[in-house]
Amino acid sequence: MLDEPFSRGASRLHLADPRCKLVAALAFAVCAALLRSPGPAALALLTGAALCLWARLPLPRLLRRLAAVNVFVAFLWLFLPFSLPGAPLLRIGPFPGLPDWLAPNWLSLTATDAGVAQALLVTLKSNAIVLAFIALAGTSDITAVGHAVARLGLPDKLALLLLFTWRQLHVVAQEYHRLRTAAKVRGFTPGTDLHTYRTYANMAGMVLVRSFDRAERVGQAMRLRGFAGRFHMLAEPAGRPGDRLLAAVIILCAAALLAADILQPLAGLP
Amino acid sequence: MHISEGVLSPAVLGAGAALAALGVATGLKRLDYDRLMTVAILSSAFFVASLIHVPIGPASAHLVLNGLLGVMLGWAAVPAIFVALALQALLFQFGGLTVLGVNTFTMALPPVLCFYAFRPMLSGPSRLRGGAAFACGFLSVGASALLTAAALALSGEEFSAAARALLLAHVPVMFAEGVVTALVVSFIARVRPEMLAFTSTAHG
Repeated sequence: MLDEPFSRGASRLHLADPRCKLVAALAFAVCAALLRSPGPAALALLTGAALCLWARLPLPRLLRRLAAVNVFVAFLWLFLPFSLPGAPLLRIGPFPGLPDWLAPNWLSLTATDAGVAQALLVTLKSNAIVLAFIALAGTSDITAVGHAVARLGLPDKLALLLLFTWRQLHVVAQEYHRLRTAAKVRGFTPGTDLHTYRTYANMAGMVLVRSFDRAERVGQAMRLRGFAGRFHMLAEPAGRPGDRLLAAVIILCAAALLAADILQPLAGLP
Repeated sequence: MHISEGVLSPAVLGAGAALAALGVATGLKRLDYDRLMTVAILSSAFFVASLIHVPIGPASAHLVLNGLLGVMLGWAAVPAIFVALALQALLFQFGGLTVLGVNTFTMALPPVLCFYAFRPMLSGPSRLRGGAAFACGFLSVGASALLTAAALALSGEEFSAAARALLLAHVPVMFAEGVVTALVVSFIARVRPEMLAFTSTAHG
């Protein structure tokens, strides 16, 4: 669960400097988030897919990841098509045969073209950003991202917090899994009752207590070894000469999409 | 619930990013290097808590425990939540770069407020403690859901129905979260009472 399936690989994107990739990912995400028309949004989705293709990411894992991300988008599809005025596409109700208390007025819904277009736009943008993010940020491991964050000029405390959290996450998760296994072999089956809640609360509490103790120990060990607020890296992560150019091209593509989106209504295009 | 990328309006995204940056900066300023490891481990515990699914009737919801984190960490909860959300974005692509600010703000503001409201009661006598802990969990998740719904509703008229549904779906979660938070606090109070007084001793 806590592995990084996309971080291993030998594509050009995997080898690039994580700093350049992070900046490019941020620029792409911001530009794509600002899009307002479906044409440029579809192009952004194509760009994201092309980046994933270039990174030669494992397709089954990628699709599973996308499915998980689209749960929220699916939730919006339940509401958005019915929420905007426009030309009706699909009418649900009113139900003349049924009594009023069973089918009140608000139950009759109308899906409009504007609503469907809005839902489609959100879907395109969301998936475009996620694909580009996986291809750019996901192709570095999190340790590399943490160091890149510090070298991009963000507060070093924040970068350290990210690195420490990532390191300890596995330990804490193991702790939790061990407690859960122990509960399971003792015949614990969750249900909606106080016993279940108490069991989960005790598990969470135990994880917190052990984590807290571990934090004290690790903190002492680090002070003992002379930790004074920075990691010394044995090897500077080596990028490739063309990394900045690569990032610049991606940023330019994203900016071009945004420009097309803004200029489209002015030029009178559909 | 995390809002995914590409949904919110630019104004909401920008405001969320600015407010979150302010909160993270404040939290980091009050956090010295000695406590960094403790905050990191509690942040990862917060992350792991979100992997615990608690059944609520036929459905289930994952624990949030952001109220508990706020009461234990105070302002440092903001960078802790930010880092946990950033890792979730990197690992699972829940949320993402542009919505990281909004998600951090909606998840971290209520816990910091709870810290000021309920902190004295939690380290006080046990009679008050249960109620205060319940209120922490209940109100933190409720206020987070409210802020998330507000972020959606402010992004456009068309999102208001979804925002209302989101808020409604969180009502049972609020009760579950309140009960679990109260039970976790009573567990910690029995097993390791000094953890509840952690922030006050650290600040002297």
